[in-house]
Amino acid sequence: MKILVNFDLCKSNAVCMASAPEIFEVRDDGYLYILQEEPDETHRAAVEEAVRLCPTRAITVEDQAL
Amino acid sequence: MKKVVIVGASLAGLRCAEALRREGFTGALTMVGAEAHLPYDRPPLSKEFLTAEFEEDRLALRIEPYEELNAELILGQRAQSLSLEARRITLSSGEELGFDGLVIATGAAPRTLPIADGISGVMTLRTLDDALRLKGALADRKRICVIGAGFIGSEVAATARGLGLDVTVLEAGDQPMLRGVGPIIGETLAELHRSNGVDLRTGVKIESLEQIGESVRVNISGESSLECDLVLLAVGAAPVTQWLEGSGLALDDGVVCDATLLAAPGVVCAGDVARWPNPLFDGESMRVEHWTNAVEQGVHAAKRLLSDDDSAPPFSTVPFVWSEQYGIKIQAAGRFSGEDRMEVVHSGTDDARLVAIFERHGRISGVIGFSEPRRVMQYRRLIGAGAPFDEALAASL
Ligand SMILES: Cc1cc2nc3c(=O)[nH]c(=O)nc-3n(C[C@H](O)[C@H](O)[C@H](O)COP(=O)(O)OP(=O)(O)OC[C@H]3O[C@@H](n4cnc5c(N)ncnc54)[C@H](O)[C@@H]3O)c2cc1C
Ligand code: SF4
Repeated sequence: MKILVNFDLCKSNAVCMASAPEIFEVRDDGYLYILQEEPDETHRAAVEEAVRLCPTRAITVEDQAL
Repeated sequence: MKKVVIVGASLAGLRCAEALRREGFTGALTMVGAEAHLPYDRPPLSKEFLTAEFEEDRLALRIEPYEELNAELILGQRAQSLSLEARRITLSSGEELGFDGLVIATGAAPRTLPIADGISGVMTLRTLDDALRLKGALADRKRICVIGAGFIGSEVAATARGLGLDVTVLEAGDQPMLRGVGPIIGETLAELHRSNGVDLRTGVKIESLEQIGESVRVNISGESSLECDLVLLAVGAAPVTQWLEGSGLALDDGVVCDATLLAAPGVVCAGDVARWPNPLFDGESMRVEHWTNAVEQGVHAAKRLLSDDDSAPPFSTVPFVWSEQYGIKIQAAGRFSGEDRMEVVHSGTDDARLVAIFERHGRISGVIGFSEPRRVMQYRRLIGAGAPFDEALAASL
């Protein structure tokens, strides 16, 4: 899976970081960093939770064709 | 389970519907919503939406087509009553809907005050229609008086200042927003308003309101009265449970559920309306009026409804809320009060950055942060893990 964040929508409130800290990190500069853009499947549940809980619906997951 | 009815077509209800389908429910699904709009997002209503540039279509809670949800949406209709025995609800139109499974997600509605009765210049803010009215009023009036400095009152005050209005905020308690969390946080919150030009008055008792032509006069006990063009009444919200009176469900400032969000066999609750014992806080009975909670409970309620065994897991969460005022992110998680030990664990060079954590029973129970989303989330994880307070103090996040 590939993680996409629409940075025009993202408000850096770090809610995604609570669900998937290995993937998302908001740093002291106030910006969100995607730590792994193409994480393996073990992160799927956490990433899907982050997608749901992102208050601005800024995160999408793209599934590459196998 | 063949037929599920969800009452309340907003955040908790919609996320529950989506989770039901994700979890494999293929039966008939009906969502009943009192508002005529498709589910939309409320947090922007007190913030960006009130300013010009934010359009209504950005509020949509679902981006994917509704057809994919394969649900019947009955909008602009209220559920009027519930019969648990007959397993059906009656709508305001008189129509009856039978169900095997019921999801109660009717949220909360603004509280009002008797002194506001009949005063045309008084508004409340909960719905898109409220927000459209308020937006119109903010665009052509100069002086707003906000009664109640909770989250919504504080946010509207900040937004109105940004639009150039004169803003007075009247609060009965001794500090805005996070009431009773002690002087350090209270002063920071108050200073945020004051330094941005808001006339914030705390410990105020309002005696009466008078409509005088286009303006409203606010009569304050022991002070001279105040004239404004518009009053926003923001004195909190109450769970919408009137329609459930007499149904046999336990109602006590919300619908009382068990730890799994079950209110009766085949009946679950989610969002602002739900009261449940939260295992993460020694089973403390909670009702949470925050966005992420509505999503999490919507998902949990769906799974609970589909699992008909008693071994279903409880719903546990560290309540979390964010707010935005004057460009500052204010976030709070967990439980805290003025009685708990509080330590400031991080403060920036300017007042705008601050993180404080709270202790209960030797553990970290709460965190409040200003412009510190990363640290708030990290402390929130420690709260969820039941970490000892000393460990949290030493963590130097
Ligand atoms: C202006 C505003 C700003 C906010 N900002 C934030 C924020 O910054 N951060 C945060 O964490 N939270 C915020 N919140 C809170 C958050 O929006 C709520 O927690 C969330 O909307 C709760 O979702 P819900 O689905 O439980 O209830 P609601 O969103 O209240 O939805 C309940 C729905 O049920 C409908 N309904 C009620 N009774 C019936 C009936 N009998 N039959 C049919 N339908 C019925 C209602 O019309 C409503 O559409 C804000 C709320 C408001 C109003
Ligand atoms: S939860 Fe959404 S808005 Fe918040 S930091 Fe993550 S991507 Fe950005």
